[in-house]
Amino acid sequence: MKTKFRLKPRAEQKVVRFFLYFLTSVAILVLVFILVVILKNGLPQLSLEFLTKNPAHMGKEGGIFSTIVATIYLTFIALLVATPLGVGTAIYLTEYTFEGKVTRIIRFGAECLAGIPSIIFGLFGFILFVTKLKFGWSILSGGLTLAFMVLPTIIRTSEEAIKSVPAAYRLVSYSLGSTRWQTVTRVVLPSAAPGIVTGVILSIGRSIGETAAVIFTAGSALRLPSSIFSSARTMSVHFYILAREGISMSKAYGTAAVLVIAILLINIVTYYLMSKYISRTSPE
Amino acid sequence: MKDIAIQVINFSHFYGQQPSLKNINLDIYRGEILGIIGPARSGKSTFLTCLNRLNDLIPGSRVSGKILIDGLDIYQPEVDVAALRRRLGMVFATPVPLPMSIYDNVAFGPRLQGQTDRQKLDRLVEDCLDKAGLWAEVKDRLKTSALKLSGGQQQRLCLARVLALKPEYILLDEPTSGLDPISTMKIEATLRLLKKDYTIILVTNNTKQAARVADRTAFFLMGELIEVDETEIIFTRPSDKRTENYIEGKFG
Repeated sequence: MKTKFRLKPRAEQKVVRFFLYFLTSVAILVLVFILVVILKNGLPQLSLEFLTKNPAHMGKEGGIFSTIVATIYLTFIALLVATPLGVGTAIYLTEYTFEGKVTRIIRFGAECLAGIPSIIFGLFGFILFVTKLKFGWSILSGGLTLAFMVLPTIIRTSEEAIKSVPAAYRLVSYSLGSTRWQTVTRVVLPSAAPGIVTGVILSIGRSIGETAAVIFTAGSALRLPSSIFSSARTMSVHFYILAREGISMSKAYGTAAVLVIAILLINIVTYYLMSKYISRTSPE
Repeated sequence: MKDIAIQVINFSHFYGQQPSLKNINLDIYRGEILGIIGPARSGKSTFLTCLNRLNDLIPGSRVSGKILIDGLDIYQPEVDVAALRRRLGMVFATPVPLPMSIYDNVAFGPRLQGQTDRQKLDRLVEDCLDKAGLWAEVKDRLKTSALKLSGGQQQRLCLARVLALKPEYILLDEPTSGLDPISTMKIEATLRLLKKDYTIILVTNNTKQAARVADRTAFFLMGELIEVDETEIIFTRPSDKRTENYIEGKFG
């Protein structure tokens, strides 16, 4: 015997609302939980000294200055390479070709690239940059690897930003006697800039947090890097090694706190830029 | 003797396989205002974009026949399209100020050509805004965003921006279709003033507007040029029944 259990629409409404509310809370709670654990354990470690002193005794003592520097160098190189490549690709796809088979293949390729696990990028970087091109474990190898890892994000966000520039702007620009390149540089890119910048900032966040791809390519030397050919340890790699090898959990939490705060700050900036962008593109 | 500026000879235009202009033959005289009237989708706007080759930007756009502008066959491959578009400035149906200041909008064209002399630009911007009848309203806020202007002001800004190209021809594609009657009057007054220096081709979906400002009027229907004549003749004793019907509002 089957009994059909049905709720009245109003009751159903309430149940669904509660259920969705619950799901949403879980998502938020996870974030809160991570923040609380990291900050509770990490904040007491933070001090000016922690930020400005180099690690000593494998990281058991001292601060994390050299890893902060390494993180900034790596991220800087990654973005220096990935931004022109990504924005250039996006400009080509949107402004220089008509939509067709080729653009679809390129776009599909970029999307596949985005789905590849970062450790595979690490392996690729190790084979190509570290051994084949003989850059060794270095900031250069790590930065280039990260560049390829964030490239799809930059292509994607730049493409979206460029596509959202009204077609009428292009038409007007051409009607005033501009060449394609003049239209791109004087009309399209300025209008798309906030969106492109947002993509770049998101990529900075990903580069800073990346561990697997970096440990294979930049190595884990604790010294303050002296050139782009020095091996170096980023904050996330430092955290991994401190925790994994059981060197110092308190220092690991301190490092994690700095990482999390940095990424939070970057996300806040991104949100701020996005809201400005939206208010600029919508009328009034 | 009338001085022929633009000669359109057996000209057709296609989107893909679909013809949008069929075998147009039309002479446009220097210094006149030619009004182009006709119902929606009759090819009026397409005709304008064929004159400055803006239709090049549309995938699947194809032409046959010839358009001679001062004797230059504009569909020859060696024609400098950017230079052509500067000679035939265009104002669109919807005013589209670029997202920059009023000043930068007007200076956009000259800057494309490398004009950077501040004083020359200042003078040109003032001169063009003045001719477009906008100077008095905006002279104290040239640096503010052009997007903040009203619709009518934006359209006059677009006209000023075109004048800054120092064009010989001005193409207007239903320039007052989205504007209130007062803004429309201002634009029409401006056009009458501009007539002495420019040849103007005015596409309009408002037949009365053609009657008010055009010297000659052409009637387009379904991609064909039905007839063209002195505006007065077109509006009082057109030779084609379809023209008469359209003007009297029987269709369209």
